[in-house]
Amino acid sequence: MTTIASESQTRPVPRNYPDTGNRWQTVLLEVIKYAVLIPLTLSFAFPLYWMISSALKVDPQVYTMPPILLPFPIHPQNFIEGWQILPFTQYAVNSVVFYTVPAVAFTVLSSTIVAYGFSRIRWPGRDTIFWLVVMTMMLPWAVTMVPLFITFKWLGWLDTYRPLVVPALFSHPYIVFLLRQFFMTLPEELSDAARIDGASEFGILFRIILPLTKPALAVVALFRFLWAWNDYLGPLIYLRDENRYPLALGIEQLSRRANDVGNFSNGIPYLMAVSTLVALPIIVTFFFAQRTFIEGISLTGMKG
Amino acid sequence: MAASTEKVSRYTPQEWRNLRLGLLFVSPWALGFLLFTIYPLLSSLYYSLTRYDLLRPPVFLGAKNYLTLFFDDPHFWNVMYNTLFYVGLSVPFGVGAAFIIANMLNSKIVARSFFRSVIYVPSIVPAVASAMVWQFLMNVQYGAINGVLRYFGLPIIPFLSNPGWAKPSLILVAIWAQGAAVVIFLAALQDVPRSLYEAATVDGANLWHKFRNVTIPLTSPIILFNLIMGLIVAFQEFTVPWLLTEGGPMNSTEFYLIHLYRNAFEYLRMGKASALAWILFLIIVVFSLIIFKSSARWVYYGGEK
Repeated sequence: MTTIASESQTRPVPRNYPDTGNRWQTVLLEVIKYAVLIPLTLSFAFPLYWMISSALKVDPQVYTMPPILLPFPIHPQNFIEGWQILPFTQYAVNSVVFYTVPAVAFTVLSSTIVAYGFSRIRWPGRDTIFWLVVMTMMLPWAVTMVPLFITFKWLGWLDTYRPLVVPALFSHPYIVFLLRQFFMTLPEELSDAARIDGASEFGILFRIILPLTKPALAVVALFRFLWAWNDYLGPLIYLRDENRYPLALGIEQLSRRANDVGNFSNGIPYLMAVSTLVALPIIVTFFFAQRTFIEGISLTGMKG
Repeated sequence: MAASTEKVSRYTPQEWRNLRLGLLFVSPWALGFLLFTIYPLLSSLYYSLTRYDLLRPPVFLGAKNYLTLFFDDPHFWNVMYNTLFYVGLSVPFGVGAAFIIANMLNSKIVARSFFRSVIYVPSIVPAVASAMVWQFLMNVQYGAINGVLRYFGLPIIPFLSNPGWAKPSLILVAIWAQGAAVVIFLAALQDVPRSLYEAATVDGANLWHKFRNVTIPLTSPIILFNLIMGLIVAFQEFTVPWLLTEGGPMNSTEFYLIHLYRNAFEYLRMGKASALAWILFLIIVVFSLIIFKSSARWVYYGGEK
């Protein structure tokens, strides 16, 4: 052991490509790495670049072959004109007020309370029951789709956002799982000290635990926002009245109109402009909360 | 602090209090579990044994829905083939690609977080928006990809209009949206202790040995996780194929959930749709179990949990 240790001390090892015994091999690997990574990254970025750049073109430019990489002159008015073909402002209000905001608020509140019960209180059978939560994380949603539709129809909830939002009051297994992971990292003494001072469990949760787990709350709120904002199948099943559509269904509606030949010109630029506007809140949020996103998604895999 | 960790048959008053409190806190979940998981599971099992169109009360048929699907419905086997084709290629290739990309990003690299962001963003953009741009990109007449191919005098590719090309095209879109798996892998790779690589170097291991004997074993639990999650998602893929091909051309992309959706919400065959849902449920369970069972041989759980 000692000889090995001293050997590695005398012969400094490069940080990331530990000595392969061959300098040329290392250089070659570097070259290959970037030769793969750069085109790969460009092709990952291209579709979104194409969406934004096509949003700035008008009809003949969109169909020009070979494709125009940099649109000139640009037509930013597409964003306004495309938005006005269908009542997109109404769709945006629906997406935000009736779906995203209540879904995030309900899920985060209920899941926080549930995760607390699964992590900060020690009760017999807790970890066994928590297994059920983990199991439901893996339950295919297709299985409950039909009977839930029948139930919500029976309740008279079709054509409302209730089927999409009310279940959020009962917590979400995946978010409970993530929050529990965070809560478990806090030392037990923290709660014990507060209990000795006579604090109630709700008091401990809201006054001690939550202020310490703000980043965790940001992560799960962000995820829930993403799911609600991007959801397509849920609204497709439950909403019929076009005035209640969220943005996702609005885009589909616009694409049907644009595909009907002769309906209006600039169909593709308008479609790309509206798609860009709907994707924009997600992309902007990502760039402002990049660390939160990456940390959150990294934690997902911690299950092991 | 009370010493109540020994095995006792009766709970102490403190434990009773904790039990009541614990149940109180998890009661929203428990209620939701009964209402939105257990009840739908059981009722869909019942509906799967009936004919039910929402207008008239369900008619009990026994196993007829299942028997018809298996023995008297060529369409079902086509859907099954399409789905297995899609899952069988998109999951291994998706997870494999994500793992390789993550490994490249894990080495010393300029602007790592830039590369990571570019690869991650497609996985969070609304599927409807990305479906629109892919439909445009893959168009035969005015899509950019075929535009470039034509410019170089190469044959065009009927991505979405040819039954042979449609499934691979959708798999391509799925792999493009694999960024979350890349980020998960990257986090796992950064947790592999450097000292192991250094020890391997001292022992004369080359890069391949290190990849094979250090990287893969230490990240194998995450590979398992991504495989299972990828499987569950891929079996239930709906939005992108529904918007890009609507199951066509010639039913070549009629995947399981599209078929289920049509039966339930277009033809109002709630009984048949429930039978389809239960078959899918069992298929996913069987596949997951096979992977879990096999994982005993290839997943390495180190000393720390």
